[in-house]
Amino acid sequence: MSEKFKITIDGVSAEVEPGTTILNAARQIGGDLVPPAMCYYSKLEGSGGKCRTCLVKVSKGSEKDPRPMPKLVASCRTTVMDGMEVQNITSPEVLEARKGVVEFLLINHPLDCPVCDQAGECKLQDLSYEHGAEATRYEFNRRTFERIDIGDKIQLHMNRCILCYRCVYVANQLTDNRVHGIVGRGDMSEISTYVEKAIDNDFSGNVIDVCPVGALTDKTFRFKNRVWFTRPVSAHRDCDKCCGKVTLWYKGEDVLRVTARKDEYGEVEEFICNTCRYDKKKTSDWVIDGPAQIQRQSVISANHYDGKVVPVIDKR
Amino acid sequence: MGVKILTQHSGVPGIDTFEVYRKQGGYAAVEKALKSMSPEEVLEEVKKSGLRGRGGAGFPTGLKWSFLAKPEGVPRYLVCNADESEPGTFKDRELMSRNPHSLIEGMIVSSYALGANTSYIYVRGELFYVIRILEKAIAEAYEKGLLGKNILGTGYDLDLYVQPGGGAYICGEETALIESLEGKRGNPRIKPPFPAVSGVWGCPTVVNNVETIAATSWIILNGGDEYAKIGIGRSTGTKLISACGNINQPGIYEIELGLPVEEFIYSDEYCGGIAGGKRLKAVVAGGSSVPVLPANLILKTIAGEPRLMTYESLADGGFATGTMMGSGGFIAMDEDACIVRNTWNFTRFYHHESCGQCSPCREGTGWMEKVLHRIEYGHGKMSDIDLLVDVAAKIEGNTICPLGDAAAWPVGSAIRHFREEFEWHVKEPRLSQQQNYGLAAYADPLPVPVTEES
Repeated sequence: MSEKFKITIDGVSAEVEPGTTILNAARQIGGDLVPPAMCYYSKLEGSGGKCRTCLVKVSKGSEKDPRPMPKLVASCRTTVMDGMEVQNITSPEVLEARKGVVEFLLINHPLDCPVCDQAGECKLQDLSYEHGAEATRYEFNRRTFERIDIGDKIQLHMNRCILCYRCVYVANQLTDNRVHGIVGRGDMSEISTYVEKAIDNDFSGNVIDVCPVGALTDKTFRFKNRVWFTRPVSAHRDCDKCCGKVTLWYKGEDVLRVTARKDEYGEVEEFICNTCRYDKKKTSDWVIDGPAQIQRQSVISANHYDGKVVPVIDKR
Repeated sequence: MGVKILTQHSGVPGIDTFEVYRKQGGYAAVEKALKSMSPEEVLEEVKKSGLRGRGGAGFPTGLKWSFLAKPEGVPRYLVCNADESEPGTFKDRELMSRNPHSLIEGMIVSSYALGANTSYIYVRGELFYVIRILEKAIAEAYEKGLLGKNILGTGYDLDLYVQPGGGAYICGEETALIESLEGKRGNPRIKPPFPAVSGVWGCPTVVNNVETIAATSWIILNGGDEYAKIGIGRSTGTKLISACGNINQPGIYEIELGLPVEEFIYSDEYCGGIAGGKRLKAVVAGGSSVPVLPANLILKTIAGEPRLMTYESLADGGFATGTMMGSGGFIAMDEDACIVRNTWNFTRFYHHESCGQCSPCREGTGWMEKVLHRIEYGHGKMSDIDLLVDVAAKIEGNTICPLGDAAAWPVGSAIRHFREEFEWHVKEPRLSQQQNYGLAAYADPLPVPVTEES
């Protein structure tokens, strides 16, 4: 057992394994001091460092070298040192930078949450609510794209893409033959399939789950319902391709969609295959484990009344 | 005339051929290093010389080399960064095309010091003529036994390859260069790990500029102490400056570090003064990515001392009143130059060249370009100026690689020093299209030396 490193984030101390990133150390502590992450995904090797939402200030490098780091660092890619002190929400510099990053991300991402399929599960929606400005200062035309069908099950709407690269990592690491990636440079970059090829692989549906915004959506569920009107239920089945552990999203007695189970950071616990995702939409296909755990604050838990609702009567 | 190290063979007919270069004393440094010195001794001489990276960052070369990890059984690589493409900088291509063997000699000496048996020269793809010249020179060196197996019978092996780049500015950033060299899209890597630990194909790698590597031969032949005698303080040796803009004699000059900026601009040996007898308004001293300075601040520091062509003197005052040596791309602007248009032009370049990996650079460079375009074409608002300052500040320091800083610094510095000109563009949109804003406050406070020759 190697010696643990002590790290202090916003005044809260923790001991973590050497090699842990600041972000994961913060996640071990939990609560408000966990930096947001739009591109980092713990299940995808090499992800992170691109969106810059997780920037933090290292006010003390380590016990050996207590000098502060000169610039803000990406917490998802910076490993802890023993005695490191980090400022996240206690640093005005970090909050200002994060506000700037949100503004940059929203330049080419429409704020049409009411009609977006990702509404209620969108990390950018949460991020902009917590760290964004009240209004945009950007007055120029946004870039727009036609929707692209990637195969018969997935639709890409580049208007919403924030180029986090997560779907590219999924295709690289979970499928046999990646046929999509980033083309173009700068703000002309876009996700595209190679010469109109479709992503055709048993695990291709996972690109939907990792997309933090509404760019890649499930065509079998698209616009069938709002997420907060559905009821998430954990279930499993014996699958020879994947773990078979999923969340079923019910509307009444019907399963509207199947997704992988996600943790409190919105990251899937284990990736699932397309058979489980698209072809098993009857309750009889599954062994029901019980209601899925949803954070109380999440909009997904809205309209799920556990007890009797008592109407409020104005007695004035 | 100062000491000439990199341009010592300038004007020698046929210096691009092996025979002429050898007759001029070429490859003597290879003989000396490989036959009479250990790699550690070569490294020690480079350290003693105080040579600093000539690509822009100015990091001590010997120190950079000493960081190279040396795990057992893992190859090490030297990569020459010849992806020169910053606006205003055009020194390396001249050095490579006119005297390719000086770079090859430097590559052999440097590779020997680093223990590299394979090295690369990564050249910007558009410079196809340079690639052909280098390949011809490398073939000659192989033929004469200066490359390949058992060089000069010393037992040292080195293979040298020329790798054409795809023509993206970002590939001049060392980790993007390595990605591109490996055949991938030229996106910068997130550091750490640094190339000295994990570079080309995950092996320890040093990436150095053309000018830096070419200077090592002279250092080995004459000794690091001799090199350190040239220049001032920690700015030792000579530097190639590519001078352009509104000057009488644009070109590439080898200067001894420590030369006063005023002498560089006005003496006949170098730029020969401002063209057309006009007054100097502003200077970008180290390529388009460094802060622009008005004439009064480029000629003298805020303390009133003459500004010198050294890393320290140019940076004196920080970004408030100073700038950087950068790559040595010296762009002079006369009293008629439009700072707003110039800043827009630079930003247009960085917007085009952003790789798009990280959000502040991808979205911010385009935003700045659009706002500057609006101001330049007479549709700006007064609030746009503060908006630009704020957007530049939100890009600076928050990106994966220094391209974000490179895009932000010209904008921030232009508004810092020439705010009135930006305001004038907003207040007088029609007038600003017809004439340039030449406030006396910005212009050269010195009388313009007019001679019969000029």
